[in-house]
Amino acid sequence: MSATHILFWFLSALAVVSALMVLFSKNPVHSVLWLIAVFFAISGHYILMNAQFLAIVNIIVYAGAIMVLFLFVIMLMNLNKESEPRKNVWMKLAGAISAGSLLMILVSLVGQATEVSHKTLIMKDGNIGLIKSLGKILFTQYVVPFELTSILFLSAMVGAVVIGKKD
Amino acid sequence: MPIQYYIILSMVIFCIGIAGVLTRRNTIIIFMCIELMLNAVNLLLVAFSKMHYAASLNAPNHATVGSEGQLFVFFIMVVAAAEVSVGLAIIVMMFRNTHSVDANFLNRLKN
Repeated sequence: MSATHILFWFLSALAVVSALMVLFSKNPVHSVLWLIAVFFAISGHYILMNAQFLAIVNIIVYAGAIMVLFLFVIMLMNLNKESEPRKNVWMKLAGAISAGSLLMILVSLVGQATEVSHKTLIMKDGNIGLIKSLGKILFTQYVVPFELTSILFLSAMVGAVVIGKKD
Repeated sequence: MPIQYYIILSMVIFCIGIAGVLTRRNTIIIFMCIELMLNAVNLLLVAFSKMHYAASLNAPNHATVGSEGQLFVFFIMVVAAAEVSVGLAIIVMMFRNTHSVDANFLNRLKN
């Protein structure tokens, strides 16, 4: 059992436990904090797979910007355990059963798939995840989608301002 | 590391996200579970890009094989950021009108 395997199992357990805690926390602020833990675990996975650019972007964009926005909105609304809407227990059971059966079907499908049965992935080497190679491809081959995302951001910004404006 | 480990891990996280969307009624928690599902897909895309790289080590131009998957993850993050800004604006507007974040208040569009 090498250090990579130990790190993989540790980060996987951290991600799954934190994801479950996002569900089970009654307080929305605790859910946000557990979700940040999930994002850090997933960033650890990216570093393990030598995708350094995505690891940093994941931390900056998700844990830094998006989750702060969530936290800000939750604190703006002053949500806490008392204002949490309750769902009846049968609906919860039905949701859990349907998600569990989906998971069961997907796992059995992966177990049977011959396309991925003997494939492995290279953890450490390979520099496709570095900023240099990704940036070269992004600004030559994929420059049009990159510019389109800036238009998307502009429209999202205008949309957020229009929706959030007090009329 | 076999690819199945990563597939199973991201499926587990994805199904936790689905369970969250189905079982919770707080709109913000539902939104966070959607982010969880997006991240599970991102993790799987990066794992597949590394798998693709490993499978084509002997190809002549193997240096950039698989980087499309990671670029796709980058674009997913950009779209998620835009989606969150608009979605949270909608949630704030809904809270201003109904003083609640319960998703059951949204079961009809009029009134």
